[in-house]
Amino acid sequence: MREMLHGSKAVAKAVKLCDVDVVAAYPITPQTPIVEYIAQMVADGELRAEYIMVESEHTAMSACIGASATGARTFTATSSQGLAYMHEVLFIASGMRLPIVMVNANRALSAPINIWNDQSDSIAERDSGWVQIYVETNQEALDSVIQAYRIAEDKEVLLPVMVCMDGFVLTHTMEPVDVPSQEEVSGFIPPFEPELKLDPEQPVTMGALGEPQWYMEFRKQQDEAMERALEKVKEVDLEFARTFGRGYGLIEEYKTEDAEVVLLTMGSLAGTIKDVVDRYEGVGLVRLRLYRPLPVEEIARAIGNAAVVGVLEKDIALGLGEGALCTEVKKVCYDRGLETRVLSFVCGLGGRDVRMEDVEHAIEVCRRAAKGEKVSPTTWLGLREAVP
Amino acid sequence: MKVVSDIPSYVKCRHTCEASLSATRCFKFRQLLKEVSDEELFASGHRGCSGCACALAIRLALKAAGRNVIVTQPTGCMEVVSTPYPETAWRVPWIHVAFENSAAVASGVEAALRALGKKDRVKVIAFGGDGGTVDIGFQALSGALERGHDFVYICYDNEAYMNTGIQRSGATPYGAATTTSPPGKESFGNRTFKKDMPRIAAAHGIPYVATASVAFPLDYMEKVKKALSIEGPAYIHVHASCTPGWGIREEKSIEVLRLAVDSGMWILYEIENGRTRVTYKPAVKRPVKEYLRLQKRFKHLTEEHIAVLQRYVDERWKEVFGEE
Repeated sequence: MREMLHGSKAVAKAVKLCDVDVVAAYPITPQTPIVEYIAQMVADGELRAEYIMVESEHTAMSACIGASATGARTFTATSSQGLAYMHEVLFIASGMRLPIVMVNANRALSAPINIWNDQSDSIAERDSGWVQIYVETNQEALDSVIQAYRIAEDKEVLLPVMVCMDGFVLTHTMEPVDVPSQEEVSGFIPPFEPELKLDPEQPVTMGALGEPQWYMEFRKQQDEAMERALEKVKEVDLEFARTFGRGYGLIEEYKTEDAEVVLLTMGSLAGTIKDVVDRYEGVGLVRLRLYRPLPVEEIARAIGNAAVVGVLEKDIALGLGEGALCTEVKKVCYDRGLETRVLSFVCGLGGRDVRMEDVEHAIEVCRRAAKGEKVSPTTWLGLREAVP
Repeated sequence: MKVVSDIPSYVKCRHTCEASLSATRCFKFRQLLKEVSDEELFASGHRGCSGCACALAIRLALKAAGRNVIVTQPTGCMEVVSTPYPETAWRVPWIHVAFENSAAVASGVEAALRALGKKDRVKVIAFGGDGGTVDIGFQALSGALERGHDFVYICYDNEAYMNTGIQRSGATPYGAATTTSPPGKESFGNRTFKKDMPRIAAAHGIPYVATASVAFPLDYMEKVKKALSIEGPAYIHVHASCTPGWGIREEKSIEVLRLAVDSGMWILYEIENGRTRVTYKPAVKRPVKEYLRLQKRFKHLTEEHIAVLQRYVDERWKEVFGEE
């Protein structure tokens, strides 16, 4: 059924449709409406789940770990400082191979304290062993949560999945969303039945000490699971498209064919960029949907023919002088022997608007680089000219 | 009297003979011995030091709990010695996640059991050392107690961070030498008194709080059983020595722990629905000095500092037993 929904409500509806058993969450702007909607659904008896009103994000993730290990389908949502507070346990959730699903409402990290959107919070967790999906629309947020359980709980994968959606831009904005029926979703996601769980009938030890003679093998298996996750994300998305008539792929290509300049971004910014790209000849867009595992093959194929790739991203890898994603696109080029020039455009930090003229400016810089002109490897878009 | 064969001999008589128990209590203990599991659910062969009272705290708790239990455990000695992959000493389902979140993980386990309709059949015990309980795990524990999860939290208190090599915690007693509270020209050891965690737990208004000692295994197991039978959160704080951390001989663990109780350094009581009851009153109150002199960690203390500790104990003794 098509409804006008805030991104937060779309996520809450997805959680309900996925028949989650345990939700443990701590409020933080701009994630709050997600957990408020879920709490109301539980209060109204629409969602038969245990909702643990924890005292911190660290406990939210720890409780999800305990619940998931006991055989429950679990969900949590957070943002920024909350995600940073979970940092320690994120690695443990993935290391213990627990299929927890979390929505991160992307928000800037302190200091200065700032509640508005950028993606530096989840990008900082890129090495935590979580699958990371960045969505462009509220529809995609709902669909990705449903897909996330299929991916996470697949026996070939067993990794936690983080669905990242831009705070406010999506969480607090209404869009028309097609909400699938319970029957359709129940048919798509089988019940969660882990082979191993905390059960007195078959006692197991979880979270044992991994001494030097074992630790590396655990990490290697995790990395292999990440490789398998890449295929699984693809597979699940194709099946989702067959079932629901909508699919997203690992990356979305927009007018990249024969484009001399390709812009690359993640999340809702893709909407603005598409509008700008429409005004140009020879300029395309790649929207990266799957950030972890990084779809190297797909990115290489999409940017392979471009002279210049401009990576527009809402994060800055301090001390590196460019965004983290830009560095990774350079890795793709190096690995695949591409001669594509990769430029960094840092934008939208702490909720700074990324205007169409900012995107135009990025395109101009990329075009100059394509002509062989000397340009700066990193450009900050929409920056004040002089800071008082 | 049927005595479970593998409960060590000190359980059998010393306790029941010397404690001048009432006939009812004695009968209850005999019943308890019939009920506790004769299975070793915390298996031998773990890597704990000989004389480790914390390992006993776990072993006895599991005897009282039986098989239908899920255990959460924070990072620490008992985790390290019991689960070096691919070995495990645990014959019940067990999970370790991090240092500060044993109670948080237990919250999730309990909620999952509830959601999956298994709560009536399976109990949840969260263990924690003193560091993982009174310091770094304090927030998670407070949250779990306040939310009212149906679980039992057992803090085995060896009064310092022993896993990392004897550093001072909020549960380290006054005057004790640790590697971060060493005595020196300007120091007499730890300057503060123990954080009163059982009473902090009780302030959450939970149905059951108890203190216990590994030297009083029947009293301890009775409390574990009671805690498990009560709906809602329960907190048990069990005094458990560490041979290297306290500087005691391995065969002296029980003797030292018993002296802690007999001197009033550790008092055994329970708080059930807000009502406090002392579960053991020493027949003779021993001087604190007798407890201290068996342990290297107090060896440096002067008469002046010992007097401070004795005064501290006397005040608490008076408060609890109403006499000098």
